[in-house]
Amino acid sequence: MSKKGRFSWYYFSSPQSFYPLAGTLQPWFAALAAVLCAVGLYISFFVAPTDAQQGESYRIIFIHVPAAWMSMFLYLVMGFWSGVGLVLNTRLSSMVATALAPTGALFTFIALWTGALWGKPTWGTWWVWDARLTSELILLFLYIGFMALQAAIDDQRRADKAGAVLALVGVINIPIIYFSVKWWSTLHQGASVSMTSAPTMAKTMLLGMLIMALGFWMYSIAATLARVRCVILERERHTDWVAAEIGGQT
Amino acid sequence: MIRALGWVLRRDLLLAFRRRGDVVNALVFFVIVVSLFPLGVGPEASQLRNMAPGVLWVAALLACMLSLARLYAPDHQDGTLEQMLLAGEPLVVLVMGKVLAHWLMSGLPLVLIAPLLGLQFDLPGDALAVLCLSLLIGTPVLSLIGAVGAALTLGVRGSGVLVALLVLPLYVPVLIFGAGSVGAVATGTGAEAHLMLLGGFLALALVLAPWASAAALRIAME
Repeated sequence: MSKKGRFSWYYFSSPQSFYPLAGTLQPWFAALAAVLCAVGLYISFFVAPTDAQQGESYRIIFIHVPAAWMSMFLYLVMGFWSGVGLVLNTRLSSMVATALAPTGALFTFIALWTGALWGKPTWGTWWVWDARLTSELILLFLYIGFMALQAAIDDQRRADKAGAVLALVGVINIPIIYFSVKWWSTLHQGASVSMTSAPTMAKTMLLGMLIMALGFWMYSIAATLARVRCVILERERHTDWVAAEIGGQT
Repeated sequence: MIRALGWVLRRDLLLAFRRRGDVVNALVFFVIVVSLFPLGVGPEASQLRNMAPGVLWVAALLACMLSLARLYAPDHQDGTLEQMLLAGEPLVVLVMGKVLAHWLMSGLPLVLIAPLLGLQFDLPGDALAVLCLSLLIGTPVLSLIGAVGAALTLGVRGSGVLVALLVLPLYVPVLIFGAGSVGAVATGTGAEAHLMLLGGFLALALVLAPWASAAALRIAME
């Protein structure tokens, strides 16, 4: 298992060689996440100007919008790794997909929760059956379904593959669901609330949001790496190198 | 291939016919769920008329989902499914036959009894016709998507609840446009757009779902 002169991606597709790599990278991404989120939050709360129409309550979008972006993006990443795992039969890809799901679900939940907090002072209600809210809610259901399916199957290989098929079916369905919900709410009542007509954003607001989004990216990578390390240890616990690894730490 | 399709279809229909209770149960479940709503929200006709499409469609979704347990599980238990996987015919065709039989046994009865329940909700004639048509186009999609969920949860503990968790979010587009078509007739905008979209879902599901279901079956049986 020695590294050859030519760099090979396949070298890191083995859980054994990926485990130390993830261990090395994880603190860096965690540190980047902490720094970016700290800077982003500082800009959001102290530098960015108060919104003329919404007052201070708009500041929650600095968390809300990046969380919503991540929630959708992570599902695509999960679908991608599921597909790779299904086609190439690489165990690590499935492990990454498994590790991504809780983070994605977390961001979906944060997006919904902060959206409700923002909606109360702005729209006067916790919840509207708006297209974005509804599709985000269904996304949360899809994440939960993926995790529930994997948790219910004892055979690890089958859990990976069944989860992968479900994730891919979900990826095909996400645009369909999104547009159905969109047409559903526009067909009936017209767009009562629309974010596209919001006033053009001040530069500092956009900057804060982008930095927060980057911070969330880094957090997602760090959390996924940490989780995938746990998954690797759990699944490879019968191997010698894991025994040595755990034995060396204690 | 057509012969294999016909064989699976005939076999499943014969089995269902020998055990008529299962088919009737799903139908009775549909009727009971729909009948509970007026008791819950009150008998006012105008309110019921507004609710009818949604209530009927949600009940159809649930009834369809409940009968998914019978799609593969009995064949899995007695080993027939294994033989189907080993058979020379493409698995997708066999899956298609099973889904078709499932729809004939669980979807079609709902379509046939829906006008009667619609009358209880005081739906006018043209809305009833559209309700039937939307169910006719939409319920096969439910069976097709459900076949993926049923294959994924085959032999898994707690599969009954799990299949609901997996399948119901995927049913959302069908529900929206199925119930929406009836609502569109009531508001006078016409149901063509909704029905065409339902037809589009059917075409898409017809191509992709048997394939995904067959893949999930292979995963479950390996």
